[in-house]
Amino acid sequence: MPKTPHLEHPDRPWLIRTYSGHSSAQASNALYRRNLASGQTGLSVAFDLPTQTGYDSDHALARGEVGKVGVPICHIDDMATLFDQIPLDQMNTSMTINATAAWLLALYVAAAERQGVRPDTLQGTTQNDIIKEYLSRGTYVFPPEASIRMTSDIVAYTVEEIPKWNPINICSYHLQEAGATPVQEIAFAMANAVAVLDAVRAREDVPEETLGRVFGRISFFLNAGIRFVEETCKCRAMTALWSELGRERYGIEDERMLRFRYGVQVNSLGLSEAQPENNIVRIALEALGVTLSRDARTRSLQLPAWNEALGLPRPWDQQLSLRTQQILAYETDLLEYPDLFEGSHVVEAHTEALLQDARTELQKVLEMGGAVSAVENAYMKQALVESHTLRIRAIERGEQIVVGVNRFKETTDSPLTAQSEGSILKVDDSAEREQVERLQSFRSARNSADAEAALQGIADCLKNGDNILPASIRAAHAGVTTGEWADTLRRLFGEYRAPTGVGAARSISAGEDTDGLRARVEALSETLGRRPKILVGKPGLDGHSNGAEQIAVKARDVGMEVVYDGIRLTPEEIVQSARDEGVHVIGLSILSGSHGVLVRDVLERLNKEGLQGIPVIVGGIIPDDDAAALRAAGVKRIYTPKDFDLSRIMGDIVDIVGEAAP
Amino acid sequence: MSQPGRGAVSQILEGLAAGDRTAVSEALNLVDDRRPEQREAALELLDALAQRPTPHTPYRVGITGAPGAGKSSLLNAVVERLRDSVTGIGIIAVDPSSQRSGGALLGDRMRLSGGARESGVFLRSMAARDRLGGLADATQASAAVLSSVFEWVFIETVGIGQSECEVAQLVDTLVFVAQPGAGDTLQFMKAGILELPDLFVVNKSDTGPVAERTRSELQATLGLLGSADEGEWQPPVLLTSARDRQGIDALLEAMAAHQKHARQSGQLEDRRQNGRVNFAVESLARRYGEYGLAQIGGAQAVAQRLAAPSERSAFALVLELGREIESALTRR
Repeated sequence: MPKTPHLEHPDRPWLIRTYSGHSSAQASNALYRRNLASGQTGLSVAFDLPTQTGYDSDHALARGEVGKVGVPICHIDDMATLFDQIPLDQMNTSMTINATAAWLLALYVAAAERQGVRPDTLQGTTQNDIIKEYLSRGTYVFPPEASIRMTSDIVAYTVEEIPKWNPINICSYHLQEAGATPVQEIAFAMANAVAVLDAVRAREDVPEETLGRVFGRISFFLNAGIRFVEETCKCRAMTALWSELGRERYGIEDERMLRFRYGVQVNSLGLSEAQPENNIVRIALEALGVTLSRDARTRSLQLPAWNEALGLPRPWDQQLSLRTQQILAYETDLLEYPDLFEGSHVVEAHTEALLQDARTELQKVLEMGGAVSAVENAYMKQALVESHTLRIRAIERGEQIVVGVNRFKETTDSPLTAQSEGSILKVDDSAEREQVERLQSFRSARNSADAEAALQGIADCLKNGDNILPASIRAAHAGVTTGEWADTLRRLFGEYRAPTGVGAARSISAGEDTDGLRARVEALSETLGRRPKILVGKPGLDGHSNGAEQIAVKARDVGMEVVYDGIRLTPEEIVQSARDEGVHVIGLSILSGSHGVLVRDVLERLNKEGLQGIPVIVGGIIPDDDAAALRAAGVKRIYTPKDFDLSRIMGDIVDIVGEAAP
Repeated sequence: MSQPGRGAVSQILEGLAAGDRTAVSEALNLVDDRRPEQREAALELLDALAQRPTPHTPYRVGITGAPGAGKSSLLNAVVERLRDSVTGIGIIAVDPSSQRSGGALLGDRMRLSGGARESGVFLRSMAARDRLGGLADATQASAAVLSSVFEWVFIETVGIGQSECEVAQLVDTLVFVAQPGAGDTLQFMKAGILELPDLFVVNKSDTGPVAERTRSELQATLGLLGSADEGEWQPPVLLTSARDRQGIDALLEAMAAHQKHARQSGQLEDRRQNGRVNFAVESLARRYGEYGLAQIGGAQAVAQRLAAPSERSAFALVLELGREIESALTRR
């Protein structure tokens, strides 16, 4: 009998984290300490949308968003509270922060200094990947050029001052959430990394010999979908392509620097609202996909909660995700073996196939001027919108099976979701008010001359082209707020709106249902005297535009005229646009949980303008209770993640517009 | 189906007189309505607007050019500069329709910076739809509505040859926005569109030498085409950067110069007359077909009737001609 190859010492598990944060720094600190006590080995901070987009909690655009999808951090006291009794020299903290990454890192460094911790001992990650924000996640603020400059500022600063920090986490995660195929995920992420590395290489303050260390500090953040065998191959392909890039494009020889290091959050796109308990199994299998191959194993893992599509997860739901990781890491024998796929020609062949296609796609993007150009000319965005459209069509037609959603739908009542509170967490409505009060008393207590001077220091450093971090750290200590920091940058850099990619997306809908819908839209056009016109609006700060984009493309494909102006619109702008454009129906998409405030605001303004005759429909992660309240307030239809059938939604819209026609 | 009888039309007229934006929107919906009974109401509305003096001198500017040339961002920069000094800005943005479904994705082009709408900017996007030849009649009518309320009206279209010709007849000044880059000039010549625009703009001057080169190429080509006649308008080629807000003032000055020239030379009146004829012919042909149009002597006759001195507006004449066609058809 041949001897099974065993590792002499089993591998250490990956960093076990949960993406979390909500309500306030204090509430999130309690949550973090509880999670660490249950065996979590690192922290992953979720910031709320105002913090991510550079607004203080008392800004008009922050209304309804404070503490919703993460923790609000306005100033150094908030940051110090967030890590109260958590020694930062012993912690590994990942921060999902992009447009305002330099600022939140500055606050983190300042909070560490307050704890008496030296910055060069800090370990962690700033996501700091702006390109995928333009493509998918939507929390960008500044134009690409200015953003890439700050990204490279962070890289250049940390490589010397905080050497154990991962200054950027190139995210292919959000590309998959936006519909990317594995090949697109690999190619676009690599193109993105090239844009950053080229920018760093061009800097005068980064000498040639530092480039190896810079390369070694770039990490990735991947997604893991349910096709977990292919996902394993994808991780292996990325490992190969990364070291190929390092060697060929940047001339790096040191093997340690060429290692592909990545973290993972498994897929949320594939989690279902129908029979949500099935997600427990999906999550575990997806986790397996990125841990199975030792040569391409993730360095850190975050698992979503099984009930994410229903609303905010409770502590118990997060505990289940944590236990899932712990079972995989500590109970199974996964960490005892060398790479399981050594010698597997099946895995090798599929990896090679992905690799080849990804190289071709990467070359294409590089030839059009790289990732920044491919954002500005909407090439990547259009490609994602089209892939996503294909995916949804495959699910609608039953070609891609989702158990409990389009196959095996029969179900008995679930005891897990039967409780009256709806088995999700409700953020206390008082969280926003309390946060605003804390912010205002912080502002009145600080030395405003110091804060002014520090802001002037930031403006000067931007004009002089100096690295933004030292001035930002000084500003953090001086009591500058998140909104003040970002406003200073907004004044100098301007604000950016990214192409939506829907305008030129090819029509992919076809088939009987589309033909039937087109005939109905034609008939409706006769009745109305012109084509039905729909406004697709994304109010608030939520940048997750995939749903809105799919509705926009589908509505066009069935023959409607669609007005879609992209993300981050105020209710006022939406109502004005509805009036100017003369639309027949308004569709609002909100995934941040702030639907209550924002939808009501739109309805009230429509009333005030005498436009209450325009029907409103809403899509988003909307719990049943909220849905009932919105319906009572006048919303005609509400769609949640379980409503994946776009054709049915289009049919509803035709009905609704027909009924509302005078 | 409700009919907006006289009551509705006069209500809209009142609203327009008061500058009410909801009334502007309703008027645009009405002139876009293809139902026969609405069409009559629309023509009555347009006629009433044509009779009514406006407190301002309306000025219409067409902005056209290839996709990606930066038309929207240039328009955005122009609007930003203008909006405090003029009495209202209206914009019609025309997007292509899908050939397959007839649907269209609109918007996402005019990225007005915050607060634009409150400071007097009204934006209506329109789909080019299934009209043969494009957009002349609905756009003409919509521009007439906007001009009755706003001093400046912009019509932005994606330039793909044909649409320039149509837009040229709707506006007082046609601005062509060119994309910097080799080979463009040849494309313009091929498309045969260099004769139409009154101003050429090479946007994205921030691209440096590339933009500069495109400008000299354009200038050279225009020189070859240009007539040397004394007093003829020589279209200038300007460099702008919407991104850096460069060259915007020069563009506004060039517009003013062209506007003055067009007024004094009679070019403006000629163009407006052509626009009216076009509107009348297209709108009658769409309603009654070529056969119907032939009953009153065809396009030629329509042009003559419109050219004859009259107290009435083109819109009233269209109504009248429509009735003549109907009675000619029923007599058969």
